[in-house]
Amino acid sequence: MPAYRFPVPPASEITPKHAILNRRAFMAGAAGLAVAAAGAPVRAQAGEMLKTVAGPFSTDETPNSLDDISGYCNFYEFGTGKGDPAKYADKLTTRPWTIEVGGMVNNPGAIDIEDLLTQYTLEDRIYRLRCVEAWSMVVPWVGIPLSSVLEKFDVQGSAKYVAFETLVRPEEMRGQSSTFPILPWPYVEGLRLDEAMHPLTILAVGLHGEVLPNQNGAPVRLVVPWKYGFKSIKSIVSIKFTEEEPPATWNLQNPREYGFYSNVNPTVDHPRWSQASERRIGGGLFSSRIETQMFNGYGEQVASLYDGMDLKKYF
Amino acid sequence: MAQSKLWTAAPEWAVYPLGLLPAVDLFVRAFSNALGADPLRVLENGLGEWALRFLILGLAVTPLLRFGRINLVKYRRAFGLVAFIYVVLHLSVYLALDKQFFWSEIGKDIIKRPYITIGMAAFLMLVPLAATSNRFSIRKLGSMGWRKLHRLVYPAVLAGALHYLLLVKAWPPEPIIYLAIVVALLAVRRIKPARRARQAA
Repeated sequence: MPAYRFPVPPASEITPKHAILNRRAFMAGAAGLAVAAAGAPVRAQAGEMLKTVAGPFSTDETPNSLDDISGYCNFYEFGTGKGDPAKYADKLTTRPWTIEVGGMVNNPGAIDIEDLLTQYTLEDRIYRLRCVEAWSMVVPWVGIPLSSVLEKFDVQGSAKYVAFETLVRPEEMRGQSSTFPILPWPYVEGLRLDEAMHPLTILAVGLHGEVLPNQNGAPVRLVVPWKYGFKSIKSIVSIKFTEEEPPATWNLQNPREYGFYSNVNPTVDHPRWSQASERRIGGGLFSSRIETQMFNGYGEQVASLYDGMDLKKYF
Repeated sequence: MAQSKLWTAAPEWAVYPLGLLPAVDLFVRAFSNALGADPLRVLENGLGEWALRFLILGLAVTPLLRFGRINLVKYRRAFGLVAFIYVVLHLSVYLALDKQFFWSEIGKDIIKRPYITIGMAAFLMLVPLAATSNRFSIRKLGSMGWRKLHRLVYPAVLAGALHYLLLVKAWPPEPIIYLAIVVALLAVRRIKPARRARQAA
């Protein structure tokens, strides 16, 4: 008989939760491969429910269906058609996935997607999304305020902007491997530091309570609801703090048409079309046009960020 | 080389039901909510694209005859009229469903938005062509006058292709390809049949 018995903790106390999740993902992946061998596409973790709490700033407008949101996307890495991302994004592998965080920070490092999913409180944020093409949706995102993710990297005082970058992986992103690239890759975007740290700005990891579908920018994307949709960069692999205004893809492509700020503004038209009204997706053929709101209706929260700025000049 | 009879076997009227099938398909799917999240855009763009296709088909008739010995001349009027029907449907969907008869915004669009201005100009150029696409008008205008009037189709098709290119973001391939085809079909008209005469000599 031993004089002393070691306490034996239950397995759930030994194995960290994310390792269990990893194992599950691995098993799901293995099962997926078996299915893939039989000819079906692999859909890593699609449809997996996330544990969320209600977050602030949610609109009470009716959200668009998961089908609408995941079937009607602009994600040129997978093609320019609205249905292309839904058709081709299942090729994208979203694990392992890390976001490099660097630039003007005292603790450069990385964010692992598993940590994002397990170490933070995931919030439901039902936001309006206004595309620069004058259509809109209501999207029930699941996400984390960007500021709470970035604080541990200890931003230096002289940093004024945040630069974001999307994954480049032409073998999985068919739009990146075409002979005549539609945009220069990687897709890059930027925010002013105060915009990035604003409580409305989130890193989204899901929608409709589920893991983010690949075509919506999996596994992690930015959501800045008072700006045109293209500012909300998808499938992020790098975040850098800078002193100078960082490049932004559409702004580089056509600076006359797409400003760095690109705040939703019904009084500043796109040079080729009006921004005064929008069509809300989901109403079918006869859905009526609605008036576009300044800052997409988030003026109360963000108008003060632009006090004294000429928004016609800095559009 | 003899011209194949195969190309002229079908009667002219057959072009109308066949040519309008895509429109029927688009409208049926639009009204049964089978065009995805944004049925209006698919319907509006789809009708516009079919208009462009039939205009291009009409433009292709002469080069096909001259360089390919394919004689589609008897269908040319039908191609043009089917194209015009698509243009009218496209414009109606824009006015009624997209802009919902919001005339002040439509007016501003026409004046301020080059792609709308150009599209509207293309429509206006096609109206007299559709109106005079009958034997009575040919007699009334005289063969030369009628031909002169119908040269309006060249700027109209060019405007249609530009209208498409000006509405997209960045430079996706489709509108560029349409414009290239239109330019090629217009350019090929400058090659005079004199070349054939020299070959024969």
